[in-house]
Amino acid sequence: MLETRQIYKQYQSGTTTLEVLRGVDFLLEQGGFLAVVGQSGSGKSTLLHVMGLLDAPDRGEVWLDGQRIDNLSVWEKDRLRNNSIGMVFQAYHLLPELTALENVLAPLLIRHGIFDWFSHKQEAQKEAEELLDRFGLSDRLHHRPRQLSGGEMQRVAIARALITKPRVLLADEPTGNLDEESGAGIIEALAELNRDNGLSIVLVTHDADIASQARGIVRLAAGTVDMMNHGATGSAA
Amino acid sequence: MSSYSQFIVPTLAANAAIDDMYKLLLCWRYLRTRWIALASVISVTLGVATMIVVNAVMAGFSNEMQTRIHGILSDIIFESHSLSGFQDPQWHIDEIKRAAGDQIAGMTPTVAVPAMLNFQVRGQWVTRQVMFIGIDPNTHAQVSDFSRYLQHPANRQQLSFDLREGGYDTIDSQNPTETPTRPALEHAGWPHRRMRVNRERLWKERLDSKKSTENSAARSVDQQVDAVLAATSPDGNSSEISSETVDTNEKRTNPFQKARPNQGHVMDLTKEQFTGIVPGIGLASFRNRQGVDQFLSLPGDDVKITFPTAGTPPKAVSDNFTIVDFYESKMSEYDSNFVFVPIDALQRMRGMIDPQTGIPSVNSIQIRLKPGAQLNEVRDRLRDVFPADLYAIATWKDKQGPLLSAVDMEMAVLNILLFLIIAVAGFGILAIFFMIVVEKTRDIGILKALGARSSGIAGIFLGYGLFLGLVGAGAGLVLGVGITQNINQIRQAVEWCTGSRVFDPSIYYFFQIPTIIDPVTISWIIVGAVTIAIGSSVLPAVRAARLHAVEALRHD
Repeated sequence: MLETRQIYKQYQSGTTTLEVLRGVDFLLEQGGFLAVVGQSGSGKSTLLHVMGLLDAPDRGEVWLDGQRIDNLSVWEKDRLRNNSIGMVFQAYHLLPELTALENVLAPLLIRHGIFDWFSHKQEAQKEAEELLDRFGLSDRLHHRPRQLSGGEMQRVAIARALITKPRVLLADEPTGNLDEESGAGIIEALAELNRDNGLSIVLVTHDADIASQARGIVRLAAGTVDMMNHGATGSAA
Repeated sequence: MSSYSQFIVPTLAANAAIDDMYKLLLCWRYLRTRWIALASVISVTLGVATMIVVNAVMAGFSNEMQTRIHGILSDIIFESHSLSGFQDPQWHIDEIKRAAGDQIAGMTPTVAVPAMLNFQVRGQWVTRQVMFIGIDPNTHAQVSDFSRYLQHPANRQQLSFDLREGGYDTIDSQNPTETPTRPALEHAGWPHRRMRVNRERLWKERLDSKKSTENSAARSVDQQVDAVLAATSPDGNSSEISSETVDTNEKRTNPFQKARPNQGHVMDLTKEQFTGIVPGIGLASFRNRQGVDQFLSLPGDDVKITFPTAGTPPKAVSDNFTIVDFYESKMSEYDSNFVFVPIDALQRMRGMIDPQTGIPSVNSIQIRLKPGAQLNEVRDRLRDVFPADLYAIATWKDKQGPLLSAVDMEMAVLNILLFLIIAVAGFGILAIFFMIVVEKTRDIGILKALGARSSGIAGIFLGYGLFLGLVGAGAGLVLGVGITQNINQIRQAVEWCTGSRVFDPSIYYFFQIPTIIDPVTISWIIVGAVTIAIGSSVLPAVRAARLHAVEALRHD
């Protein structure tokens, strides 16, 4: 379903070249839940960014639902990010000027033009409220991010990723800034989404405990796949 | 096309900026939360307001000046090059009618010659260099606003060169005030004339009686001497000496006596007048610090004018005239230069009437066009008919070209300078936007991660610039129009606060600061300001659009 083939990525920093990814092959099946683990600098986040079309690989291919997506036009990539790929970040990355509800609606606001928006507004708003309600934030709809706790912000971020009904959810250390309890809540929520809704998830983490809650584990080391632990429906090639 | 194109830039920017909901939302939120950006708007506001005020006042001045100039000059002036003029004005008028009669509303012949005006103030002769203009009282009003500028209400209806009994305005009819600014005009006319003549007569009688006393004393001595002389010389001429002495006295006290047209007939100056003239008010008056006009001479006074005859070479002739009214266009150049006289009198005195045929000559024909007629087209049509080496044909704008173009140039230079203020505001916006882009780098990364296009990111900042431009220009519009409409109250307030005069009506042609708000000018100013605001947000917008999503997300 989401596949990378021989991904190479290097960063140039002055005269030194840093090879981050050196031929990564990765496969996430439909409905899979894979944890990508590895030490800092092993290239986990870079791989996730490449899969999420935020970064382009130097070489290699990214495929989604049988379609190669890394060579699409910029606009097509933008559209895919908006429609099919949901992303959650360690630092939540909510827009501070917008309320929780507006943050959740942001992808739809981006998708629709002004007039288009007004025909979708009610429906979208209802969906966003339902999502926030599902994550226990029904009383936080009109709060700004700075008025929310870390766990709440991350739940808002997940709700934002889900509002577009994405094909795949890419989570980059979603618990990294949270205390244990909040982090556990977030992972539980992701596991539930995978279990109940069949949402395909890639979870990047450096925490083995959290990784163990995924159905499969991919370990990255020195820019290549070091270890593959096949889950029930996830696999790494 | 031009009216369309002026709105293209902002419209395009508006479309690019706010065609998506999130841009509108974020623009609005940024506008509400980034007050610093509004600081840069203040300079846009001030620039726009200043431009509106300056343009309105300059347009007001320019229009007022044009109105005044145009009020004096007719639309087209048809002149001869020579001082002697051209013969048979009626034939010329008919020819002009044939050439462009469909566009002409009225014509009048005039004779204009340089002249010297002399009048007596407290026994001293004052001399002024003037333009002596012969006009036809019946038709002159058709071609210019001449009669509007006279001081007697009846003369404003129909000009007469006969002295009026009284009733001259003591309050300026063009700028009515509560208190009379010209109390001296109250007795102007026949009452003033009678008073003056009687006073002079009394003075003369006193002088005469003094002289006669001296004379009689002298005579008694003379008689004694005569008696002595008679004994030696029998042909004594003492009485002749005496009569000559009287003659000399007569000449000194009444300088007009000799030059009077109908010699032999002794004029009763309390009942009769010389040929009437209407001099510019500036020739005979000045305004004191209290704003009251002081008159050196009044309607009813006699003056002496020396002017050239029509022959070659011209000879100077002079004659006596009676002031019957004053002319006040409020263009000081004209008010202190022009003296109007009936055209037939001037033609007669200058010898411009052919003694055989009785056909007069004139210097020029003033032509007024019908409303909406094409000034230059009519001028060119007449130029085609009348040879340029004999006739000078010019529009009133041609005549005042340098003055009008000077005003236009002043306005252009001021506009460029003021527009630079708005351009400076543009640099402020540029700097502040760059700061905001840096500050918002992570948000830009987030939006990109959520699928926003680079053009969309740029649109947020362009839209932000558009909003700032509109807010600034809108506030500037309100401020500028507000100041313009209350400029005279503001002037009074400033004068009251500072105690010094900001606007001295006595040096301008009008009593209030004139303003004209031109919607086209205002829309250009606003379009310019908004374009500058959008223009200065282009660079930051492009920078924001080019940010790399991942790097932006990592930005602290």
